[in-house]
Amino acid sequence: MSDIIKIKTEYLNKLKNVSDLKEINQIKSELFGKRGKISDEFKKLGSQNSEERKKISSELNDTKSELQNLIEKKIKDIEINEINLKLKNERVDVTLPERTFNRGKIHPVSQVIDEISSIFSEIGFSVEEGPDVENEYNNFTALNTPESHPARDMHDTFYLDKNKKFLLRTHTSPVQVRTMLKGKPPFKIIAPGRTYRSDSDQTHAPMFHQVEGLHIDKNINMAHLKGCLNYFIKEFFEVDKIKMRFRPSHFPFTEPSAEVDIGYEMKDGKIIIGEGDQWLEILGCGMVHPNVLKNVKVNPSKYQGYAFGIGIDRLAMLKYGINDLRAFFETDYRWLSHFGFDPLDVPSSYRGLSR
Amino acid sequence: MKFTIDWLKDHLDTKLNDEKIIDKLTNVGLEVESFQTQPSELDNFIVAKIISSEKHPNADRLKVCEVDIGKNENVKVVCGAPNAKKNLITVYAPPGAIIPKNQMKLSVSKIRGVTSYGMLCSEAELKLSDESQGITELSRNKYESKIGKNYFSNNATKVIDLSITPNRADCLGVRGIARDLAASGSGKLRKKNSSKIKSFGKQNLKVKIQREKNQGCSAFGSFLIKDVKNKESPKWLKDKLLSVGQKPISAIVDITNYVMLDLNRPLHAYDADKIDTEILVRNSKKGESFEALDKKKYVLEDNMCVITDKSGILGLGGIIGGTRSATEFGTTNILLESAYFYPKSIRKTSKSLNIDTDAKHRFERGIDPNSIEEGLLVAANLIKKICGGTISKKDIQINEKFKKRKVSFPVTKLQSITGFKVSEKEIVKILDSLGFKITKKKKFLDLIVPSWRPDIEQEIDIVEEVARIIGYDKIKTELPEKVRIKPTLNKQQKLFHFLQRSVASKGYLETVTWSFTDSKINELFKEDKKEIEIVNPISSDLNVLRSSIFSNLIFYLKKNLDRDFKDISMFEIGPIFTGNKPGEQEIVLAGIKSGLASRLNWLEKDRKLDVFDSKRDVMQTLHEIGLDINKIKIDTKTPNYYHPGKSGAIYQNSFDKVPIVFFGEIHPNIIHKVDIKTDALIIFEVFLDRIKISERKIKDMKSKFQYSDFQKSERDFAFVLDKSFEVQELIKIISDVDKDLIKSIRVFDVYEGDNIDKDKKSVALNVTIQSTNKSLTDEDLNNLNKLIISSVENKTGAKLRS
Repeated sequence: MSDIIKIKTEYLNKLKNVSDLKEINQIKSELFGKRGKISDEFKKLGSQNSEERKKISSELNDTKSELQNLIEKKIKDIEINEINLKLKNERVDVTLPERTFNRGKIHPVSQVIDEISSIFSEIGFSVEEGPDVENEYNNFTALNTPESHPARDMHDTFYLDKNKKFLLRTHTSPVQVRTMLKGKPPFKIIAPGRTYRSDSDQTHAPMFHQVEGLHIDKNINMAHLKGCLNYFIKEFFEVDKIKMRFRPSHFPFTEPSAEVDIGYEMKDGKIIIGEGDQWLEILGCGMVHPNVLKNVKVNPSKYQGYAFGIGIDRLAMLKYGINDLRAFFETDYRWLSHFGFDPLDVPSSYRGLSR
Repeated sequence: MKFTIDWLKDHLDTKLNDEKIIDKLTNVGLEVESFQTQPSELDNFIVAKIISSEKHPNADRLKVCEVDIGKNENVKVVCGAPNAKKNLITVYAPPGAIIPKNQMKLSVSKIRGVTSYGMLCSEAELKLSDESQGITELSRNKYESKIGKNYFSNNATKVIDLSITPNRADCLGVRGIARDLAASGSGKLRKKNSSKIKSFGKQNLKVKIQREKNQGCSAFGSFLIKDVKNKESPKWLKDKLLSVGQKPISAIVDITNYVMLDLNRPLHAYDADKIDTEILVRNSKKGESFEALDKKKYVLEDNMCVITDKSGILGLGGIIGGTRSATEFGTTNILLESAYFYPKSIRKTSKSLNIDTDAKHRFERGIDPNSIEEGLLVAANLIKKICGGTISKKDIQINEKFKKRKVSFPVTKLQSITGFKVSEKEIVKILDSLGFKITKKKKFLDLIVPSWRPDIEQEIDIVEEVARIIGYDKIKTELPEKVRIKPTLNKQQKLFHFLQRSVASKGYLETVTWSFTDSKINELFKEDKKEIEIVNPISSDLNVLRSSIFSNLIFYLKKNLDRDFKDISMFEIGPIFTGNKPGEQEIVLAGIKSGLASRLNWLEKDRKLDVFDSKRDVMQTLHEIGLDINKIKIDTKTPNYYHPGKSGAIYQNSFDKVPIVFFGEIHPNIIHKVDIKTDALIIFEVFLDRIKISERKIKDMKSKFQYSDFQKSERDFAFVLDKSFEVQELIKIISDVDKDLIKSIRVFDVYEGDNIDKDKKSVALNVTIQSTNKSLTDEDLNNLNKLIISSVENKTGAKLRS
């Protein structure tokens, strides 16, 4: 038996029973240290003839790597064992509460505005805005509601000066006026925002939100209006079918004018939109009155189109089962937490409007 | 506008049932508010059961009864009836009820020291029989189950209440409604009874309309009716008025009201004997006054249209009559007026005097100017029939003739607006049934607008008439095209959304509060901004537009703290106002946070919120909305509602003059003034409109992607410098030493106290150094070290701490 095989057999046996890191390191240096047994064997190689050397060196290298691998493996095993042993003492009760965090929320009105914008974005509307403080001309006169018109009384207006020249806008329709005055047709916009009327009870708040819609082009007619609103209502309530009814009505700034009802029924105290034989009024609309177009320097013999106005708060109430309008603006922490939306819930067409 | 189906059928020959009629009304644009039985005074009387009956403590003949009226609580009633005993079922009348027998209105009253709520009624009191000895006794079998229900069943006919839009003056009379229904194919409009009249003699009470500027009356027609006997109206007339909730007064007044409701033709009857000499319709002079039929005295302005006689004002034309010439039961001679007043004049006068009457409502919207004569005839005939008398020849004074309105209607217009096609024949039929006079002229219809439709002026009005009569269900549904020409949101609007959701994601609840606020709280946050008053506020504590969002946030914060919430984070994004003209407003996001950053728990200790919590939320937000944080500058010029030593202003660029953000702790005086109890209160404001937005996309603004794999080194420094020296400046000096090599600077300690001069502080920083193109040698690093130290020492007067 050659020395190499002897060393190999001896140390393989030794290693088999070792489980202590210290002993292994001892073996390691006995074998591979400066005066180690394997190192010695390598030194001896020089005195062999070339053929012998070849043979022995290959044998020696094999033995070296076999022993080395075994030693490395042993060391790893022991280390892992030690870690595992340590872990037994590192156990915590993970059912203990985590560090505190706060959940922020988006107000239902903001969320619904984003939902509305997302829907109308799909069919090519862009978002316009106007100031909350308006002049009497933009809010009324330009919208075909001169001072002498009884329709002015339908809006309980907040005034900001004694001459009633400046006011808080009573609807979002003045944005129509501003948009058309500053641009050229075609127009295809929505304008969400705050609106104000000096009216306050269970179903009315002195401030509320509307979204205005306006589409003016060369040949836009009432069928487009109906199609647009039908699409919007379906998308907004996320239902496949909707029952919708156009009723003739009157607004000074549109003609023909319509009020739009949607069908609903009550199931277990909840409103189900799109079914049933009850009607719920949800918006007013119509073809923009030629007088309005003239007032904003758009030629009514060339251009025509529709406008609509929807109560945002009411839509939010219907969709999310909120009963009290006034609660929207009372900043009750409990209400905001309950009805608010996660800030990551950004309404979009591909991910869906609501979760 | 209220009416009954029966009344409608006076004008409309129809086979439709009630429901169909209601539907049709809705379909032609006459919105049905309600269709229900008119509430009756008899609804007050309720079936009740006596639960106990005890002797009145102070009166032998009276009893104190506890009565079950079907509500949660029983009521106590004092009763003198011998038969009032336990378990008797009877009829109860609550306070407010009117007893049919004597028309007495009940009220809560004390009877010999015991309070009685209402009354138990005898049959006589209910006008059921003459039995007045005891209270009504109802059979137990029949009524035991009806306790709390109405005793009298309400048999009144159902009333339709229409909400008439301001353009449809003609439908403020039943005939106008019938005409619309007939046009829509719901029946036939009945022919009017041709009213002929036997008249005797001239109308010899002189009437004149003054020819003057701003005259509010264009025509004044009248009959003088002599030797009438005014009386209670006959049953049919009373019933008619009662059915729509009008109170009968006397035959003459009732007849004028009836004609108004039936034909939309307001009339006025004067007691002719009370008129001094003659009638003159003229403009009022400022300061003139009269007592109106509503028993109020009105002092007039210039140029209000008044009906006068030699002694002064009799009434406001078309709005309200005066007491001086009012008809009474003793009236024998009457002057019946049927006139036309201009809507503008009516509106101006009634607004200025704040009067609303049925006549005003109608004249303001526009009465048929051609109905003067018809109104006179119909009413005079009725008066003659009911009150007798002789009718004079009619007298009609005209100041300005009514001009017929003409519209030339291109037939194709209908389809271009509605999208659906209607044959010319159909259009003509509809317009004819609505009362238009039509002449065909090639592709046009030349139309004469009926005199009762002041709202119809141009082509589009004709489109609406035809469309609504045909029905809006004919409108097709054209699917919208999914084409976008313009981005949905502009940069500013996108920023709004990012800002809103970025702040919310830091644990803040978004709220929406009024744009107005309480001037007293607003004052705390207004600084030197103008106060913008609302002329007609909804209440005195919502009387100004907000100068800051904090007035509302702090108000509601307090409310929530009162609900025992402690750690509250809220924000609002919306307008604040700097003036009362359009555009004098800006969008602000304001955040508020109260209480502790962490509350003692097994991991964390109590820690109060402080300015650096506020700064973290703000800085992270600015990062997230896409600002370059390396360019900003911070100083301490903050509004007076911030803590003067613990707040900051952020500028988007170091050279900017206007800050985009304030952050910090709130001024302790505000907490004191608003009386809030909290551990700490931090606030911040982001001024959205002041943020300059690059036209470029973020992807285009990013620098080239470069990184280095060479060795990083870290060096620590501690400098002792003046307390007032800002760390922002120190960091800038260091990073300016070598912008390429110095990758980041972290402040790890700020120390004041022992071993350091009183007016000094020690700031310790960790600087990370890395080259992009080589491994730095010890020499390189030492050189940089020296350069950093010398730069800081030279520029700040600081000393390296040893």
